[in-house]
Amino acid sequence: MKALSLHKLHKVYRNGHEALCGIDLDVDEGDFFALLGPNGAGKSTAIGIVSSLVNKTSGTVEVFGHDLDRDPGGVKACIGLVPQEFNFNQFEPVVEIVVNQAGYYGIPRREGYRRAEASLRQLELWDRRDVQARELSGGMKRRLMIARALVHRPRLLILDEPTAGVDIEIRRSMWDFLRETNAGGTTIILTTHYLEEAESLCRNIAIINRGRIAERARMNELLRRLHAETFLLDVRDEITELDPIPGFEVRLIDSTTIEACVTREYGIGRLIAALHRQGIEVLSLRNKQNRLEQLFIDMVRSGGAQKGLAP
Amino acid sequence: MNRIGVYRVAFQTIVTKEILRFVRIWVQTVLPPAITMALYFVIFGKLIGAQIGDMEGFRYIDFIVPGLILMSVISNSYANVVSSFYSSKFQHNIEELLIAPLPNFIILAGYVAGGVARGVVVGVTVTLVSLFFTDLEVHSYGVTFAVFVLTSVLFSTAGFINAVYANSFDDISIVPTFVLTPLTYLGGVFYSIGMLPPLWQAVSLANPVLYMVNAFRYGLLGFSDIALWQAFTIIVGFIVALGAYAMWLLKRGIGIKS
Repeated sequence: MKALSLHKLHKVYRNGHEALCGIDLDVDEGDFFALLGPNGAGKSTAIGIVSSLVNKTSGTVEVFGHDLDRDPGGVKACIGLVPQEFNFNQFEPVVEIVVNQAGYYGIPRREGYRRAEASLRQLELWDRRDVQARELSGGMKRRLMIARALVHRPRLLILDEPTAGVDIEIRRSMWDFLRETNAGGTTIILTTHYLEEAESLCRNIAIINRGRIAERARMNELLRRLHAETFLLDVRDEITELDPIPGFEVRLIDSTTIEACVTREYGIGRLIAALHRQGIEVLSLRNKQNRLEQLFIDMVRSGGAQKGLAP
Repeated sequence: MNRIGVYRVAFQTIVTKEILRFVRIWVQTVLPPAITMALYFVIFGKLIGAQIGDMEGFRYIDFIVPGLILMSVISNSYANVVSSFYSSKFQHNIEELLIAPLPNFIILAGYVAGGVARGVVVGVTVTLVSLFFTDLEVHSYGVTFAVFVLTSVLFSTAGFINAVYANSFDDISIVPTFVLTPLTYLGGVFYSIGMLPPLWQAVSLANPVLYMVNAFRYGLLGFSDIALWQAFTIIVGFIVALGAYAMWLLKRGIGIKS
């Protein structure tokens, strides 16, 4: 079953800006799906329409078979939203925010409180349940929005840059939480500017650019299309000079670090062997740039065409 | 849970939240009208009223008490909804309601009920304060209660519409300052329109607050410048018109959706 199905979705704002130019997009039930794009590409508009915060100009939206025009209540009941901006009453106590949200979905107060306790404990916010939301740190506020979005147990969780401004430790723990949530059967759509986050979490991806879907593929399939990757290699002994290696662009960054551009045609194994022949032993290697980031930049720069990518 | 059950819980949640909001800040919401009205009772009722004498057969303070109570109900019902709903827009937590599976009438009814609750709390408080200055005898409990609640519903709905259109905190004080206050002061709170020349009597009849004040005065004193049926027709008519308009605004998403 499709968790989300957008057909010819079109949005023109009152100022004439065309944010979505008739996009088609399907997300399968149970998927962990990345919706990526540069600022102003139309991601938040698409999410806003699906979650009933933005009026569409034309097109159709279906969530688990519920049509947004014919059955908005059915659509809304399926969705949990974690928006980009903090959108709770900063003066309300943390637990009240979650319990009230449960109430808006028809969950009685006692049950809402029980669920709020469970999710706030899981997200390590229970100790802060009685403080006003404005007293929380940025990371805590993000986690509060996740707890609130999950209190009615939605089938589709939409996360619009959920880890923006969150330190790496909390971000990692949020990733684990989201993986567990997805493993429990909740379909997740994620937008993020941290592309390693999308690469690490998501199985499928769509890249939206200038209101159009520029790419829609499985994550591993997309990454395979990357024609060339840039690696940084740490070597055991100090070197002052590096002989050219046919088929590779290599340069010395410092006495123990080499930067190398490796195409899929040649592969990293040949590079290491060539360096070995020069008496250079490679200790470790890492991608200079996140692989998805490299693809993303190529696509956005070329306006969605597959420039720089293998066919 | 069936759909009705979901709506009932959601409505209760909004109303509870709204009541807790103004109760938490009672020093800003309940106390000031009590103090202001006490000053009105002292200055206009006791000091100046003693010089004025009787009005339409009632002591002046007895004559103005119904209007002053209703004035506090009007301003507080309005203020509660306009400030709460605008704050929700300002902080974007209105989105919590917009994404929930609620029909628009539950959102409107929840906020209006919150406004009525504050109107009732303030109205009762001001009534208790008035007992220090006058012996209040209720002529008709039914009329008094009906006008009290219906007026509160009307101005809560009006406050909701103001909040939908408001784009800044300044916008939520313009209507109370330039529309509500003049209408209330010219709505027969302090005088009987029988005292006015015919032309100004006719002009006064275009003021909807006049009908509410007089109907409420009838409920407490048994005296009114206006026929009761006219007053109820006007009040209910305004509630229906403003309610329909508020529903249309919510449906179109004006002021709250892009």
